[in-house]
Amino acid sequence: MKLISQIGKYFLMLWMIFSKPEKMRVFWKKTLEEINLIGVKSLPIVALMSIFMGAVIALQTASNMDSPWLPEYTIGYITRSSTILEFSPTIISLILAGKVGSNISSEIGMMRVTEQIDALEIMGVNSLTYLVLPKISAAMFFFPVLIIFSMGLSIFGGWLALILSDLSSTDTYIFGLRSFFRASDITYALSKTVVFGFLIVSIASFYGYYTRGGAIDVGRSSTQAVVSSSVAILLANFLMTQMFLLK
Amino acid sequence: MIQVNHLNKSFGDHHVLKDVSASFEKGRVNLIIGASGSGKSVLTKSLVGLHEIDSGEILYNGRNICTMNQYELRDQRKEIGMLFQGSALFDSMTVEQNVMFPLTMFSNMTRKEMLDRVNFCLDRVNLEGRNNLFPAECSGGMQKRIAIARAIAMKPQYLFCDEPNSGLDPQTSILIDSLIKEITLEYNITTIVITHDMNSVIEIGDHINFIYEGKNLWQGTSKTIIQTDVQEVVDFVFASQFMKDIREQLK
Repeated sequence: MKLISQIGKYFLMLWMIFSKPEKMRVFWKKTLEEINLIGVKSLPIVALMSIFMGAVIALQTASNMDSPWLPEYTIGYITRSSTILEFSPTIISLILAGKVGSNISSEIGMMRVTEQIDALEIMGVNSLTYLVLPKISAAMFFFPVLIIFSMGLSIFGGWLALILSDLSSTDTYIFGLRSFFRASDITYALSKTVVFGFLIVSIASFYGYYTRGGAIDVGRSSTQAVVSSSVAILLANFLMTQMFLLK
Repeated sequence: MIQVNHLNKSFGDHHVLKDVSASFEKGRVNLIIGASGSGKSVLTKSLVGLHEIDSGEILYNGRNICTMNQYELRDQRKEIGMLFQGSALFDSMTVEQNVMFPLTMFSNMTRKEMLDRVNFCLDRVNLEGRNNLFPAECSGGMQKRIAIARAIAMKPQYLFCDEPNSGLDPQTSILIDSLIKEITLEYNITTIVITHDMNSVIEIGDHINFIYEGKNLWQGTSKTIIQTDVQEVVDFVFASQFMKDIREQLK
């Protein structure tokens, strides 16, 4: 029963978020700030994760290539497919749910318990539109950029690992990367990322906005935000895979 | 002026405000006093529309805010300035940005005009030249004064102050009190102050409402409160022997 009420409250919040901002100039300025905060500042962790993820996928694939019937270019093919279809959009989104989600939830939660949100409301500002809409816009716009960056770095990481371990040649790896390529996979991955970005920010904002109490409750909201947005990402991933890849 | 008629508010089974009626006149400092948990903050938050009330009416110059939709309520709130107990300054913004915030959101002023207004408000609260500090770099008293500057930036018609002296030393408290009084007279606005501070009650209380267990038990002025024989008021205001002695002398 509580879950249904929470879901209802979440959708009501979404309805209130998507109102016209009081001043478009302020909205654009805040969106740019958010792109920097939740997007650009996530680049180092995304880069680190992506290079190692790509390297491990390539090495694991290479280490399992026992059958002589499997061509060597399969390593490049599998690295590319795994990275584009799943690892970059989903795993990086899960990482971002932890980093960005907890940050947003604690920021808004702290604003709630220190009455800053009440101050906004008293001034006549729609606090949800002012605080959350720029974050959602920034995430939906910039998360795909992060994921494209992640895809590139994962593929680079895979190549680096193979060359350093002498398990494959550059030409074979690139041939594998280009084999059976479908541009729709990129569209599918980026569509997923837009949805994940929306889920991460809106769920984290929901938990932050409705925080009651003090510092402990802000921490609790932050944890709940990360757990719930991770579950939402996994569910959405499953549904979107069903919808787009198995249609 | 603000008129409150038969206000009731409950949280679950807990009936917090019980048929509260009061009148808050323009151009004077209206105090709401009472023990912790008596319903003062709930009353104030109801007055500004942060709590939805169960029954009754809240009239701002005859307009009932309880029947307003969210857009009308937001418009009404643009006439309100509020000083929160914890100041509620935006900690990611400088002093200047905090005071400028309502102007940025709701005025059509140029940046220079906004800056002039910010400097005027900061001068008014004796904080000239502190524009680039962050709230965390300011003392409690300074934070309260910044919050007052932000509250008056839009030239409000109504000023609400939730325990403006909490956590401040006596000297700073007197400074904040006199600032509230001066601003009320200067702009001829309706000011409502929630306080526990007995010095404020005596010094700036043009009109006092004593809230007791959710009811508006007593109303009067800083002069009549000394004379009153209502036991709950006497027990609250003149709780210590020192205050009782002062009361006897003043009587």
